[in-house]
Formats: sequence, structure tokens, C-alpha cells
Amino acid sequence: MEELSILIGGKAGDGIRQAGQTLARLLNRLGYRIFFYDDYPSLIRGGHNFSIIRASKKKILAHKEKVDLIVALNQDAVEKHQHRLNSGGVILYDSKKVEAQGVGVDFIGLVKELGGVPIMRNTAALGALAKVLNIEWPILERVITDTIEKEVDLNLKIAQASYHQVEKAWLSVPNLNQKMLPLVSGNEAIALGAVQAGLNMYIAYPMTPASAILHYLAEHEDDLGVVTIHPESEIGVALMALGAAYAGAKTMVGTSGGGFALMTEALSLSGQGEFPIVFIVSQRPGPGTGVPTYTMQGDLSFVIHSGHGEFAKLVLAPGDAEEAFYLTGLAMNLAWKFQIPCFVLSDKHLSESIFSFDADPDKIKPEDPLLWDGQGEYKRYLDTQNGISPLTFPGNPVAVVKATSYEHDEYGITTEESEQIAKMQQKRLRKKKTMEDELARYEQVKVYGDPESKTVLLCWGSTKGACIEVAEELGLKVVQPLMLEPLPITPLREILSDADKIIDVEVNATGQLAKLLSAHGICIDDMILRFDARPFTVDFLLEKVKEVLS
Amino acid sequence: MTTVKELGTYAQNTWCPGCGNFGILNSIRKVLVDLEEEGLDLNKLVMASGIGCHAKIVDYIKVNSFYSIHGRVPPPITGIKLANPDLTVIGHAGDGDAYGEGIEHLIFSAKRNIDMTFIVHNNRVYGLTTGQFTPTSPAGFKGRSTPGGSPEEPLNPIDLMLSSGATFVARGFSGKPKHLQLLMKAAVKHQGFAFIDVLQPCFTFFNTYDFYNKRVYDLTDEAHDASERETAVVRAREWSYGEGERIPIGIFYQVSRPTYDEKLLAGRVPVNLKPGNITSVLEKHI
Repeated sequence: MEELSILIGGKAGDGIRQAGQTLARLLNRLGYRIFFYDDYPSLIRGGHNFSIIRASKKKILAHKEKVDLIVALNQDAVEKHQHRLNSGGVILYDSKKVEAQGVGVDFIGLVKELGGVPIMRNTAALGALAKVLNIEWPILERVITDTIEKEVDLNLKIAQASYHQVEKAWLSVPNLNQKMLPLVSGNEAIALGAVQAGLNMYIAYPMTPASAILHYLAEHEDDLGVVTIHPESEIGVALMALGAAYAGAKTMVGTSGGGFALMTEALSLSGQGEFPIVFIVSQRPGPGTGVPTYTMQGDLSFVIHSGHGEFAKLVLAPGDAEEAFYLTGLAMNLAWKFQIPCFVLSDKHLSESIFSFDADPDKIKPEDPLLWDGQGEYKRYLDTQNGISPLTFPGNPVAVVKATSYEHDEYGITTEESEQIAKMQQKRLRKKKTMEDELARYEQVKVYGDPESKTVLLCWGSTKGACIEVAEELGLKVVQPLMLEPLPITPLREILSDADKIIDVEVNATGQLAKLLSAHGICIDDMILRFDARPFTVDFLLEKVKEVLS
Repeated sequence: MTTVKELGTYAQNTWCPGCGNFGILNSIRKVLVDLEEEGLDLNKLVMASGIGCHAKIVDYIKVNSFYSIHGRVPPPITGIKLANPDLTVIGHAGDGDAYGEGIEHLIFSAKRNIDMTFIVHNNRVYGLTTGQFTPTSPAGFKGRSTPGGSPEEPLNPIDLMLSSGATFVARGFSGKPKHLQLLMKAAVKHQGFAFIDVLQPCFTFFNTYDFYNKRVYDLTDEAHDASERETAVVRAREWSYGEGERIPIGIFYQVSRPTYDEKLLAGRVPVNLKPGNITSVLEKHI
């Protein structure tokens, strides 16, 4: 089997994401590449949650609407999703709770009989599922042993009993004997990339879909060597981070659009005071509270234009876990190199989806910033040719380090003199030019699909996964800028120069990337926009692109 | 050893003649010189300020400083202290900063008992924005935004800090610099969140010299027990920033409690932390 998609659905509190992750691990151990999508409303109990686990022989970065198997822990999972079944697909369901055609197993009965608690229904489902997929019991046994932390023996008993309730295998999932890869979410990749670039402190106020970065770094605080802090508000978060950076700690903050709105005051201060800081903004639908647990690419314009006053910033937009890892590491290194705020712009679809992760950690190394050589009197804002002033930190016995939000002289004392003000504005903005020269050394725009095609799918961030597969199917080219501010306009112009038709694909209602390119004279021919808070799936986008091309 | 003069900078002082800020500036410089003699390394000191007349103080003292924005003094110095707990941090804020725009940060600093000194230059009027009422202006205060008189009762920051968990709560008066210096010294030496509300006349917009001179008295003259929270609250409520006959100054309350930085960091110094090993963590993801 080249690929397989499984949907697991139930109500919140049924442990759907956990069961889905265990299933993903099971398929991973058989050598499959995984994409895991999680769909859940913002509530703790009730509602309807589902996960789609797509496994393939080749690398995949998106899921499909259609699935081969539905695991139904409640009736909704059947009613809402049975239209997704491919021909030859099958529904595995909890026979005492759900009415359906397919393979029914009395999960809750088994759990009760063996003395388990209701949440263990998902273990029973996994047992039956392994049999439906013709996976040998010892493989599931090992995954459950490695994954489940409590009551391993009881869970194994339940899974095994359920496994034997299924009379025959319905599908065949052979072992591909490919290398097993770590399964990493976008948020985890962001955390790991920052650690690899020397992160010392992570400061955040909980906000979906960025919260898992805080949880992950806090959970692994000892192994990853990062101090995590959860302060009183996003305002407190960002200002604390600037203080930490001033003291010399590599610091990162993370939030979503609403939380970032509160941080923009500190962002502007980082521009004036030249504090190095990394912002992770993981988008969700707005305006206002919007739709907290779903996805959108609606904050591109907001983030690139954020903060009052004029100052340099860098905005990077990864589209999968590996890019999230590399670009977060790059953001950290460049924040310190140029003493500017650097952004990693994610969204729910990237942050919370799980990917087979094949990144090379050695490609990120912590880089030292430009440090003061100790000669003469220290001037925090020394006016230099490239705009970058050497750093030192409080505690240095021969320096006084004066950082400030006010316009200032080189030493850091307030000024309101016209000449001095113009000089310091120029000094700070000169860093932008220095940065743009440096950025030319990095890959700024990625191209996928058929590089010769004159029809281009233009995308950014998490939309790339669906675009790549559609382009491969239809023989199109995909163009994905990795940097949005400063916009890599020279390589974009070059790559797009021979395109006959540029189709912009974004998960927002107004086509924000298209607008940005149009402002630079690049004309977009068509837009495919999705703004119902759901990401593009491969088959959904394929239909849309076909419509545009017909 | 540094002298008071050496602690000055070339910045031109732009406070109004007669401003209460001079009393605070001279006091803190004197205290820093004394503390250096007692072993404090001034290179390991960071001072921060917000925005307003008070905030210029960091331009006038030659020590490491973080000139922050309005209301946001506690968060950056919390970040500084947590990044490098070997540093000593002193925050200055105005009453608009501390009790208005940034009150959440003040309350949380007290709640956490972060090891910092926090000095509020409380002139009970917005000076730099030319005379509006603040959270501690008396009810009926006629400012430029409330020409008919402030409709709000003032906040009592001493009472607020006592209920927020501060482990050192004091009030000083810029007109009594010797007394203020004792408070500042004790505050910097205190392990934990040390709060001083400094009554400070604004010569231009709210001249309270006479008002305070007639009413302030030193708590130590009346055998006040600063280790008792209940008596501290009674003294705190003796004057609620409106009218009143007697205004206590001195240390209302001082107790010892583990600090936030000690508990959170457990001996770690973030600026010296070595990057972690992601390989072993990634193995758990297979």
C-alpha cells in the first residue's frame, strides 16, 4: 500500500489526539511517512474531535479530505465523516455506542470487563484497528509499552483482547523497512530549533495555538536547558523578554495574533532599544477571539507592519516542521547578529500538525553576536558603518550599559537634538541594509513541482504541503517565499519572470501575500482563498486549481 | 570607591527648580556610594525607570540602566534579574506608571516576591503631560482632564502592596532625605520585593510641601512592629491619600519569604546556561 488515511473521531475527553498519535507512531515504526491533522473545537468535554492520520511511502506535508478508514468512538464520527470514505474503505466502531456498517467491537464492554476506565476505549480501538490493518500484535505491543505512561499492563490487556475480537484483516499495511523518523509537531520543531541556536529563556502566556511551545519546553526543561516562564500577561511577557535580552540571555516569546497585539508596544521598544528578541506568532482566525482552535493566515499584514515607528524587523514563514526548525534557529541567530526583533510566523495548521521530521540538527549552530572588545569607554549605541553596535552586558566590570526607549546618543543618554535624532534613525535603519545583504546568502524562496511550468501556485507557510502535491499531480510549479519581511523581491521577480499564470493560494479572505507582491509590481492572475478556518487539503485544493485552470 | 559626584553623568538636568525628584536622586546616589562601601558591586547594579519626570533619573546616574516605557518597569527588571540573578535591580516608577498603566506588573511583582527594589516617585499628579489626576490624586483634584474635579477616590498603594504579598513595604518623603536614605538602603538589602512609595511634591502642578511637612511622622517614633501584618494594615489605613491629619512614613512591614528568582531558577543562571541536547529528546519522538 502506497498510502493510507485514517480518521479517528469522538467527543472531547475521549483522548482522540492521544490515540491518533499512538496510531501515527505505529505506522511510523512500519516505515511510513506521516502527516497528522488534529481538528477540535475550543472546549474540554463534549463536542466533536477528530484526527486524520495520513501515512505514505513518500514524504507528505498535508492530509486529504478522503480517508480509507474511520474509527468511530461516537455517532458523530460516522454522521459527520462517512462521506469521506474511499471506495473499499471501512468503519471501525464502538458497537454499543455507535450504529454503523463495518467492523463493530464492543470497546466499552471490553474495558469494563477487564477493569479499565472509560478513556481506555481508545486503547481498545487501537487494538482492533491494528488487526483491521493486518499489523502484527508484537508491533502494537511495543508501541503501547513505549507510549502509554500509566497502567501499561492493563492497556495491553485491553488492546490485545480487542485485537482478537476482529475476525479478519480488512486492509494490508506492510512494513516498508524505511528508516523511522521522529514525529514532531510544528510547535515542537520551533522549540527545538530555538534550543539548537542557544535559547536560554522562553517566556509566554498561554494562547492557542502557540501554547504547546511553552508546554514542551517546560516539560523538557532539564534536557533542553531552557528556563521557561509564564508571566501575568503578554505585555509582561514581551517586556520581560527585552530585559532578559539586555542582560544577555537568548530569549524567545510565543503567542497568537491577539496576544501579539498586546506585545506590539514592546516590539517597538525593541526597535528603539535594539534588543534582540524572537517572536513566534502562530496565527488563528480573527478578528477578536475569532475561532481559537482553528487555522488562518490572516496576520501577515499585521505582523510585517507591526510596531509604531520605523525600524528593521525580520519575518520568516516556515511551511513544515523542518522549515520551522531551521528558520527558528535562523531567527535566533539573526536577532542577535543585527540586534533586531525576528519573527517566525506560524499558524494552527503548522503548529499543531505532526510531521515525519528529517532535519539535520547540525545545520543550526548558536552564533555569537558582535561583542565589545573592551577598548575605551563603552557606548551601547556606537554609530558604526553597518549600523551594528558591539554588545556587552550589565555585570561587565569596565562598562556601563545604558539601554533606552527614548531617542538617545551613542552612550544611551536621552537626546532631542535634531542632528542626533536623524543620525540615530539612520544608524538603526542602516542595519536593515546590512541585513538584506546578509539574507541574500540564505535560501529565501523555495520552488517545488515542475520548475519548467509556466503556471505557478504561489503560497506561504503551511499551505505549501497541499500546493506541492497538487502541483506534482498537475505538472505545475510552486513558489514559496520563506521570508516575508524584508520581502525577497529580487529572487521572486526572477523566479516568476517567465510565469504565464500566477495563482495565489492562501488561507485568508483577502489574499495578503498577493497584495504584498502586487505592491512590488508582480501581478497575480488568480486567487484561491479558503477562510472557513480549515486548511487546504490536497484533494480540496486539486479541485479548486482545476476549476481555475479550466 | 565611587564618589557621589562620579555617579553623575553629562546629561543636563531638566527637572523644575524645587522638584521633589532632586531629593530622590541625591538620596539614591548617596545610598549607592554607601552600599558600595559595604560591598555592593555597582557594575552588577541595574536601574530601570518608566516614562515621566521620574524616569529621567537613569540619565542622571552613571550605572547600567534600562529606560523602559510607561508602566513597564517591573517586567524588564524581572527579566534582567531572572536572566542573571547575580545582578541587583532597582526600579523607579511614577505614580501614573506604577498605579495606573502598569499596576498589573506591580501586583505580580509583590505576589511573586521577586528580589527587586521598587521606588515610586509619587507626586500624585502627571507632571510631564502637564497636570492631570493620577491614581493617587485626592478626590476632587482639579487637573486639566478633570477641570470639575476628579470623580475618583485615590488608591492606597501601601494597603495594596500589603494585600499583594510584598515582603517589604515602606513610605518615604522626599523632603526628609536622611530618612529616605535609610529606607532605600534597607530596601536594597532586603531579599525579595521591596516597595517604597515616596511622597514627592510637584512644584509646578501639585505643590504639597507644606501639606506633608505638617503631617508626616516616623513610624519608629511610635514603636511600630513591622513584622505584624495586621498592625501594618492599620497604619497603612491611617492616611488614604486624601485629607487627613497624620501621615506615617517608614517601614510598615518587613518579613522574609523565599524569592521568586530563587524558586524559579533553583540555582540556574540563564546567561550561563549551555544549550541543551535535542538528540536525546528527539529519540523519544520515534
